[in-house]
Amino acid sequence: MGGGLTPWKRRAIFLAVGFVFIVVAPAALSTFRLALLGKYLCFAIIAVGIDLAWGYGGMLTIGQGLFFGLGGYSMGMFLKLQEAGPGNLPDFMTWSGVEALPAMWKPFSNPVVALTGAVLIPMTVAAALGALIFRRRVRGAYFAILTQALTLAFAILLVGQQGITGGTNGLTNVTTFMGYDLNDPINQRSLYVLIVLCLGAVYLLARQVVESRYGRVLMAVRDREDRVRFLGYNPTTIKIIAFSISAGMAGLAGALFVPVVGIISPALVGIVPSIEMVIWVALGGRGTLIGAVVGALLVNYAKTTLSEAYPSGWLYFQGLLFVVVMAFAPKGVAGLWKMYNERFRRPKSAASEPVGHGAEALDVPV
Amino acid sequence: MTEAPKRKRLWLSTVMVVMLLGAACGQEAGDTPGGGTTATDEGDTIKVGLLHSLSGTMAISEVTVRDAELLAIEQINAKGGVLGKQIEPIEEDGASDWPTFAEKAQKLISVDNVAAVFGGWTSASRKAMLPVFEKNKALLWYPVQYEGLEQSPYIFYTGATTNQQIVPGLDYLKSQGKKKIFLVGSDYVFPRTANKEIKAYAEANDMQIVGEEYIPLGNQEVATLVNKVVAAQPDAIFNTLNGDTNTAFFKEYKTKGIAPETVPIVSVSVAEEEVRAIGPEFLAGHLVAWNYYQTTDTPENTAFVAAFKDKYGDDKVTSDPMEAGYVAVNLWAAAVEKAGTTEVEAVKEAAAGIEFDAPEGKVTIDGPTQHIYKTARIGLIGADGLITQISGSEGPIAPDPYLKSYDWAEGLS
Amino acid sequence: MDAFLGQVFTGLSVGSVLILIALGLTFTFGQMGVINMAHGEFIMAGAYTAYMLQDLMGGGVSLLVALPVAFFIAGAMGLLLELVLIRRLYGRPLDTLLVTWGVSLMLQQLARDIFGAPNVQVRAPGWLGGSLHVAGASFSISRIFIMGLVVVCVVGIWLFLTKLPQGARMRAVMQNRQLASCSGLKTHSIDRLTFFIGSGLAGIAGVALTLLGSTGPTLGTNYIVDAFLVVVVGGLGQLKGAVIAAIGLGLLNSFVEYGTSASLAKVVVFVAIVGFLQVRPQGLFVLKSRGLA
Repeated sequence: MGGGLTPWKRRAIFLAVGFVFIVVAPAALSTFRLALLGKYLCFAIIAVGIDLAWGYGGMLTIGQGLFFGLGGYSMGMFLKLQEAGPGNLPDFMTWSGVEALPAMWKPFSNPVVALTGAVLIPMTVAAALGALIFRRRVRGAYFAILTQALTLAFAILLVGQQGITGGTNGLTNVTTFMGYDLNDPINQRSLYVLIVLCLGAVYLLARQVVESRYGRVLMAVRDREDRVRFLGYNPTTIKIIAFSISAGMAGLAGALFVPVVGIISPALVGIVPSIEMVIWVALGGRGTLIGAVVGALLVNYAKTTLSEAYPSGWLYFQGLLFVVVMAFAPKGVAGLWKMYNERFRRPKSAASEPVGHGAEALDVPV
Repeated sequence: MTEAPKRKRLWLSTVMVVMLLGAACGQEAGDTPGGGTTATDEGDTIKVGLLHSLSGTMAISEVTVRDAELLAIEQINAKGGVLGKQIEPIEEDGASDWPTFAEKAQKLISVDNVAAVFGGWTSASRKAMLPVFEKNKALLWYPVQYEGLEQSPYIFYTGATTNQQIVPGLDYLKSQGKKKIFLVGSDYVFPRTANKEIKAYAEANDMQIVGEEYIPLGNQEVATLVNKVVAAQPDAIFNTLNGDTNTAFFKEYKTKGIAPETVPIVSVSVAEEEVRAIGPEFLAGHLVAWNYYQTTDTPENTAFVAAFKDKYGDDKVTSDPMEAGYVAVNLWAAAVEKAGTTEVEAVKEAAAGIEFDAPEGKVTIDGPTQHIYKTARIGLIGADGLITQISGSEGPIAPDPYLKSYDWAEGLS
Repeated sequence: MDAFLGQVFTGLSVGSVLILIALGLTFTFGQMGVINMAHGEFIMAGAYTAYMLQDLMGGGVSLLVALPVAFFIAGAMGLLLELVLIRRLYGRPLDTLLVTWGVSLMLQQLARDIFGAPNVQVRAPGWLGGSLHVAGASFSISRIFIMGLVVVCVVGIWLFLTKLPQGARMRAVMQNRQLASCSGLKTHSIDRLTFFIGSGLAGIAGVALTLLGSTGPTLGTNYIVDAFLVVVVGGLGQLKGAVIAAIGLGLLNSFVEYGTSASLAKVVVFVAIVGFLQVRPQGLFVLKSRGLA
């Protein structure tokens, strides 16, 4: 809560949560469940990025699947090349009738290129796209529709170029990571810890961004773009930066996702997953960062358990989730928490804060 | 954001309750921390996983295969089960989403400790599941015809591989004097790989490929595609389209007024179920290549069709992939009986050479490839929606997933 | 030459279906700022209506009966959606996108539970089979029928908007909601009318689509993104814009697909749209009002 917790308390809570994820979870969960949790945490990284763009920047991006995919494919290409060994082709190229390694793949045999590319390529694409779209003051719903169409185009392109991208299959059968066997439970655990650390870093970075001067201008652009422009700022640049950072986070998540799940495919980058990503943030509470993380974990946990218990019920539940959260509780779980606090614990707490301020239970200043 | 606070609170609490319910559903018994390794032989039942798409675009096809597998399990259980135990099917939904297949396969193996999994339809789902089964050294029985060039030690393939379906289909076209072939397919691994093989065959057999087009899965706008086909003036069309696109394609093709006798379409993913869905009036006179039809004349098939209709309703039809799913369960059960255990390596070893009098005729598991011997059949679609055999191989053909016995296929794999 | 004619015809045909779908979207988007992702499911509802009527009445006439019935059923669904949910979300276009997406998921699953997962088949009456052969090219009669149907609908909507008092009110609300409201118009009931008509047109599109393909729970999702692109290119709430944009996209797509492949055509069309928005960010035609976008 804004002012509710001292900086020390916030840090303590952050570290305690980190301890639970890094020490308690691996000890308590089976390898299978831990891998699932790892996957959810990757999704939480995307969610933090979306919150930055949407919750703080007002840009509803339905193109996050694209950036996730760019990161995932960068990593996937690197891992497939490692596995094939120098001079050999990845398995799917053989059965697709490709004889020589496509030029596009060559740089990705280098780990540095692949790893930095996983983050930098999405950032660059987002910046270029943002420049084209925001410069012409296309925003709001138009922006949402365009990102959505872009995601669709990207997924179709991936499917259509089987020789280069693996087609509908995507890149599968990823079993080693930098020489480590991904089937080994020890390595799976290390990978999981790596993901937790990345999520922590991404969260702290995002918090830093929104609490900086830039963050405040970003929120001002969200609320009143014209006024910010009159004050002499360039909203285009401000939005491009936030959009680009959020794309980089999605790319990072994609790069971590591939070794955990062992697959990246067009099914993971299309419109449907992209909209699902947005609902994680909406459910958790946009404009709070922590809400995005909580939302991603909750929705994906519910998806796994519900779809195990009632396969067809999941779609109803998911649909209902969209409707109920967006129509009746647009501030999500974080909003609930805030209300609970205001009502029962801190009646004196200042009300009337716009979305995007306060409401953080585990608010950590850095 | 102008609702009265009271109303809002009501809805907020609803959200919370819903979420709590969601969390409560998550508690499950079988999930032992630290990766429990309960032997599957313990307990009164033997668990097997059935992993098909029960939702999404592929549900159309996969639900019927699941039904056939359940029928086989029921029949085996009625006869006393396997190793004296009842088989307990555990169903999961692949949701027409390949990564979900991989995740659910892992769940069936490590949480439910199933003895084997029967599942998949598209090659994409099989390719996604393959590493999971190899990693866990668990068994997958895959019941659908596919493009070949694969041989995982942990997968048994009970559908046709290329030389049991596509090659006989091409041989038939060649025997009919068809020289110019147009290839249409859905945009994924099976059509693309199959067409690569078809092109190699055509080159060696003095046939000409006059066009090759792909349509994204689920796309129903095919007017341009059909225009291209007509403009190329082929002698025959080889169709590897999957799912809904077939309907639009056959409807559009029919408006062009080209008689199926002059330019037939040979389909390898259209079986009785799909014929019924598309409408026989659009398909009558066109050809298909499979290993089994509902009309296949064996005593086992008469019993199978009767049992299926008895369980699921008189209006149901049986098709090749359903039969292959039915066969898969029976072959697995026979292999387990022979091995005397459900232990994977023992079952694999016992499986070689197992024979079963299937609805399609006698099938035999080929040990080295883990595919089965199958009879190839070319069928003609009738106006009543049933398919009748017009040509077929003499007896079961040995599986050859890498087409090693064909000179023209050199360099494919 | 005949190939060229064939592609022009195909492009017009694809475009005309898009017109029907996009009209409803552009009105609800332009007038109320609602991005209705469940619009695709109204198409599906129209198609299933044709299927049910066929079962009840047999082939032949059922298709003609299905057109008005589908219009009312889809329209009623739209009205219900407006009354129950959309009403709460005016002024929050991005939220309507997510809410209606949820509705769309539920409607799809509902269709799956009612009609079964397999696609169903609507049999076209005999007089719609076959093709006309003109100048060496063949034109499918069912596609000609659909184009005729679209022309009738577009002219009907145009007459409604320009000649009838209700239409004039609709235009008034679209152009300036506050002013219309101050002038004593009941903007909410006009919103409902707009929603009803827009959704009803999607229902008609659904019936038309049964002539071309099969009917399944995901029928609408194949068209919804394209229809939104039409709205973006045509300009909000613009009848003329939607028609021109839909035909343009249809033609572009059909020619690019003829030259390349189906998947590449989609990508090219998207790039073309982003390029177009660089020149005209508000679309072909701009409504002179304070935009919502």
